[in-house]
Amino acid sequence: MSQEADAIRARARFLREQTVRLIGIAKTGHYASSFSCAELLAVLYDGVLRVRRGEADWPGRDRFLLGKGHAAVALYPLLAGLGYFPARDLDGYAGLGSPFGDHPDMRRIPGIDFSSGSLGHALSAGLGMALAAPLAGEDYDVYVLLGDGELHEGQVWEAAMAAAHRKVGNLTAIVDRNEYCLDGVVEDVVGLEPLAKKWSAFGWQVVIVDGHDVDALLTVFAALKGDVARDRPAVVIANTVKGKGVGFMEREPGWHLGYLGPADEERVLAELRGGA
Amino acid sequence: MSPAPELSRGTWQLGTLIDQAPVLRALADTLADLVDEGRPIVACTADLKHSNGLVRFEQRHPDRFFQFGISEQNMVTAAAGMATTGLEPYVATFASFLALLCAEQIRTDIAYTGLPVRLVGHHSGITLGFYGTSHHATEDLAVIRAMAGMTVLAPADAASLAAAVRAAARWPGPIYLRIGRGREPDVYRPEQLAGFEIGRAIEHGIGTDLTIVATGSCVHPALEATVLLRERGHDVGLLDMHTVKPLDVEAVRRVAASSAAVMTVEEHNVIGGLGGAVAEALADIGAAVPLRRHGLEDTYSLIGPPTHLMRHYRLDGPGIAEVAGELLATREGGAGDRAATARRDGRATPRQRL
Repeated sequence: MSQEADAIRARARFLREQTVRLIGIAKTGHYASSFSCAELLAVLYDGVLRVRRGEADWPGRDRFLLGKGHAAVALYPLLAGLGYFPARDLDGYAGLGSPFGDHPDMRRIPGIDFSSGSLGHALSAGLGMALAAPLAGEDYDVYVLLGDGELHEGQVWEAAMAAAHRKVGNLTAIVDRNEYCLDGVVEDVVGLEPLAKKWSAFGWQVVIVDGHDVDALLTVFAALKGDVARDRPAVVIANTVKGKGVGFMEREPGWHLGYLGPADEERVLAELRGGA
Repeated sequence: MSPAPELSRGTWQLGTLIDQAPVLRALADTLADLVDEGRPIVACTADLKHSNGLVRFEQRHPDRFFQFGISEQNMVTAAAGMATTGLEPYVATFASFLALLCAEQIRTDIAYTGLPVRLVGHHSGITLGFYGTSHHATEDLAVIRAMAGMTVLAPADAASLAAAVRAAARWPGPIYLRIGRGREPDVYRPEQLAGFEIGRAIEHGIGTDLTIVATGSCVHPALEATVLLRERGHDVGLLDMHTVKPLDVEAVRRVAASSAAVMTVEEHNVIGGLGGAVAEALADIGAAVPLRRHGLEDTYSLIGPPTHLMRHYRLDGPGIAEVAGELLATREGGAGDRAATARRDGRATPRQRL
């Protein structure tokens, strides 16, 4: 386990570095939101999802939907790593006509299972995919990564109700509980707590985990995937730190969106490379 | 629950509602037939399976029927998710909730993605009468038409709805299907629609004096109006513009070339729907032909029984003929129907609408 976990930790560091590089090209982007879910993305793609290298459209693949689409900059390098498109395509990130923008576009990027950008839609789309699996003769699982601020959208709870009612056992939501939305602390903007009780009351299996603890994440997702008799949706509430990995960005709401000038970019990359 | 007593003739409840709505019955039955033929259709609704008749589909294909409850936005996006797997979802609810409440889900998750979801907005226009403005949809054509990638259909009757659903099988992108109350009288026999094509208007003659371009629930009354107008000596034609987008611009061009005037008729605001589409086409063509856009005059409907409302807004046969008469009188510069209408309405002079 630890060798796998070490590799995943290295991948998460790579995703943060790529986030810095790509946002540097665009000169604007969501550093902190991407950093909070770097381990989650790395664990999912390297340790959980059933995907095939080079076959983005394989019908039997597990689906992954990035509800918090503004973290797509950290997802693109993973898809390139799976051979869905050449990594050098990302060099034109966010340029005129680029397929790669701040939010992921299923029409233009192989490996993006559903477009996002408008918060609150992804759990519904994932529910639709999960419901369709038996009709399609497939046994894939669907994973939907939601921001905690995204949970303010009412449509999330429509989907939550419907998924539990239909006993959709192949659907797993992950909440990147980084505690911040754009205007500040989520609990100050509109409180979500008691969040676990809310999901539980909606009929979901709830797991709470440290969203930066790779070993713990691997254990949690392995247990969920191994539970083939599961007859209800599950939510993993991953407690994270917004801006994780860069000291001056952590829990600093201003870094929800921003740009690092060249000297600061070097400083941040050095900090990331020096990290565990 | 006690056993039902013998109820009097005319008594009805939700369970028998669909018996009065042949267009909606055609929807459910055609979809169920198509599943039997191997089409990967699923049907979704938001607590309205009796109102839209999908209960009949559910009875035949329970595993392909999805009840979402009163959660329209979740339903629309979930249908998009289903469509990514190769299914062809039909999503049906009241047009007001589908096109207006879910406009953003439709734009972002269905129109932009280009997924083959079929959105069925039923009870469109003002057919929900006394339920009021919350349940009326007189903007749906305009809203959906403005979304790139959407196809917008408004079949006139049960046979053309069935033809449209069958034609949708060969249509790659998403479709908005606008249906009325489901009680629209038959305009066509099924065999007359063998050549039905999305994007090609059905021509009921082009009139030298006037051609009416009607869509959906207004086709049948517009046909009645053409009969009344012909009896008065006018040469009047009609286009059934069942596809509001992509508009049959060639048909509009033929009308512009041969008719002295054009009139659009729709159970919709005169802004942005069929009238807007035809006005845009005529402007693009550079046609100098006068156009009268007839429908709801940028207003919210009164409440009342649907047939009374159609009469009030002059969307029944005689009403359409009356409005057309005004247009023809203006063209001829004479008093004619226009003056008669003005006298009846107590107005000193008729409104100039050209």
